[in-house]
Amino acid sequence: MEKVLTRNIGIEDSWTLRVYRSRGGYKALEQALDTEPDALIDAVKASGLRGRGGAGFPTGVKWSFMPKQPTPERPNYLICNADESEPGTFKDRLIIEQDPHQLVEGCLVAAWAIRASKVFIYIRGEYVHGARRLEQAVAEAREANLCGRNILGKGFDCDVVVHRGAGAYICGEETALMDSLEGGRGNPRLKPPFPAQAGLYGHPTTINNVETLSCVPLIVERGAEWFASIGTDERNTGPKLYCLSGHVKRPGVYEAPIGIPLLELIEEFGGGMLRDDRPLKAVIPGGSSVPVLTAEECRDLPMDFDSLAKRGTMLGSAGVMVMDSSTDMVQVMERIAHFYAHESCGQCTPCREGTGWLEKIIRRIRSGRGSLDDLATLESAAGHMRGTTICPLADAAAMPCQSFLAKFRHEFEHYIKTGRAAVTAG
Amino acid sequence: MFDAELDKRADEIIARYPQPRGAVMPLLHLVQEKAGWVTLEAEEWIARKLGLTPAYVHGVTTFYTMYRTSRCGTYLLQLCTTVSCMLRGCDNVLEHIKRRLGIEEGETTPDGKFTLVTVECLGSCGTAPVMQVNDDYYEDLDIERVDALLDALAEGRPAPFPPGPGPQRVMVEQHRAS
Ligand SMILES: Cc1cc2nc3c(=O)[nH]c(=O)nc-3n(C[C@H](O)[C@H](O)[C@H](O)COP(=O)(O)O)c2cc1C
Ligand code: SF4
Ligand code: FES
Repeated sequence: MEKVLTRNIGIEDSWTLRVYRSRGGYKALEQALDTEPDALIDAVKASGLRGRGGAGFPTGVKWSFMPKQPTPERPNYLICNADESEPGTFKDRLIIEQDPHQLVEGCLVAAWAIRASKVFIYIRGEYVHGARRLEQAVAEAREANLCGRNILGKGFDCDVVVHRGAGAYICGEETALMDSLEGGRGNPRLKPPFPAQAGLYGHPTTINNVETLSCVPLIVERGAEWFASIGTDERNTGPKLYCLSGHVKRPGVYEAPIGIPLLELIEEFGGGMLRDDRPLKAVIPGGSSVPVLTAEECRDLPMDFDSLAKRGTMLGSAGVMVMDSSTDMVQVMERIAHFYAHESCGQCTPCREGTGWLEKIIRRIRSGRGSLDDLATLESAAGHMRGTTICPLADAAAMPCQSFLAKFRHEFEHYIKTGRAAVTAG
Repeated sequence: MFDAELDKRADEIIARYPQPRGAVMPLLHLVQEKAGWVTLEAEEWIARKLGLTPAYVHGVTTFYTMYRTSRCGTYLLQLCTTVSCMLRGCDNVLEHIKRRLGIEEGETTPDGKFTLVTVECLGSCGTAPVMQVNDDYYEDLDIERVDALLDALAEGRPAPFPPGPGPQRVMVEQHRAS
């Protein structure tokens, strides 16, 4: 497939306005500002674009929830979620660092469509260089009248503010992100109200992922039909960035039509398994919070929202972590459990206690002091965490645990019975 | 530290936000950049600037792992130990750094040069293992590269290679572009 989302990557100075414009950049913004906002929303609906941040919610539908007549006292806001902290995910960073104008243009087009007068880009604090690139891009855009007052002389005022996080995974969750952006601790809020009703500072707010917004100029320029023609079917459309990591020869971010078969991704893009004598054992296909797949389950699997859901897992953030036969699955689960225990904000008892329990028990099993009863305790602890909390972080911790126990139970039992891993490390 | 220059930068930042409170995080970043960590005086200064209480500002400081409430070494070594880095051998790198520097996680070398911590996924899993040193990501690490890096930093020389992916990566980029 022709590269579209990554078309500028690898070109010298790809992050500058000069290069971005020389390659046709900001034409979509100009075109968008000559189009009625509602027509843009309809185009995004028709394109079939679904959110790339994790949940896969249809973007055009989300935009249509925004009030049509904002006032200076009650403005609409757009937030770009650039917090990218789900383990295994590193695609947004590529766009931010190498092609920030693509994102800025996407933000401005989206802001026009939802009638937002201000855009906040919330970028994870560790991406220091990414934040600099973005700030530079915004400054360049402002200088060229692509952002700020009366954009391109078309009467649209909109500014973009880059806001750095400071190392809290939970701030990627949209309501925690808004608390953080308002200058607070990042504690998720109960929904409803949804952000489109009462979001940032209580005002109507739309929040979208970096990759989602980067798709928007393409839809404007090439048309909804073109976008919808890429992918598996009308519910799974467009180009997609996949983050390939773990035991493959060539890990990295790869662009492919959404729905590329998982094994093709590993073989063609990843260059196959890292070591030829170690076959595929398992894949986590969508960031660490989604259920794991066995090698068998990876066969004939289109990497799109619905195909993965049918196989009992999720596309999530498209963080594809590949594991070969040498992998100690209990050790992988221990790292995942540690992550969520570390990142729980602590507001809800099932999450605060549950994530801690999972980590403690798995650690005990790995140290060789576990019992078979521990497996039942893990299962019941994970069960109590599902669907009982303010935000989905508790589910994000429980789902992998349940799937690891169901699919690699023998490795847990092996630790319990022998005190050692079922695989020999190498 | 809290001079007219800093004041001016703070005012520019505050103006970007619909309400002054929104500027808490960028101001915490600002003072940490200047002083290396967030002091109580800095929190009081921010509180005054934004019309908040120092206790409120402290509550924000302590929620986020990147704000440091004590001094750390000249070089803050933050090694990622999450899944993808683990699959590519970060545990060996960690053991090596500990042995080499003679410190455990969370400790600083007696000469005040290096502080070592482990962190969660840095968003660089495709070039794992990864270590953030102050603002920079050093990627595709192995023991050789870590040694070369720490040798240089210990002697006050610039890093022997630029931050970012390792040399073998060039081939990959070419493949990707083709
Ligand atoms: C615990 C948690 C962490 C999240 N982290 C991120 C993140 O880092 N980046 C992101 O885009 N979305 C993240 N999300 C999803 C956001 O809440 C939100 O759904 C998304 O930004 C919406 O954008 P989209 O519709 O374009 O996908 C996270 C959700 C949860 C529950
Ligand atoms: S589920 Fe966990 S992270 Fe989410 S609000 Fe509750 S305690 Fe916080
Ligand atoms: S797991 Fe280490 S950078 Fe993602």
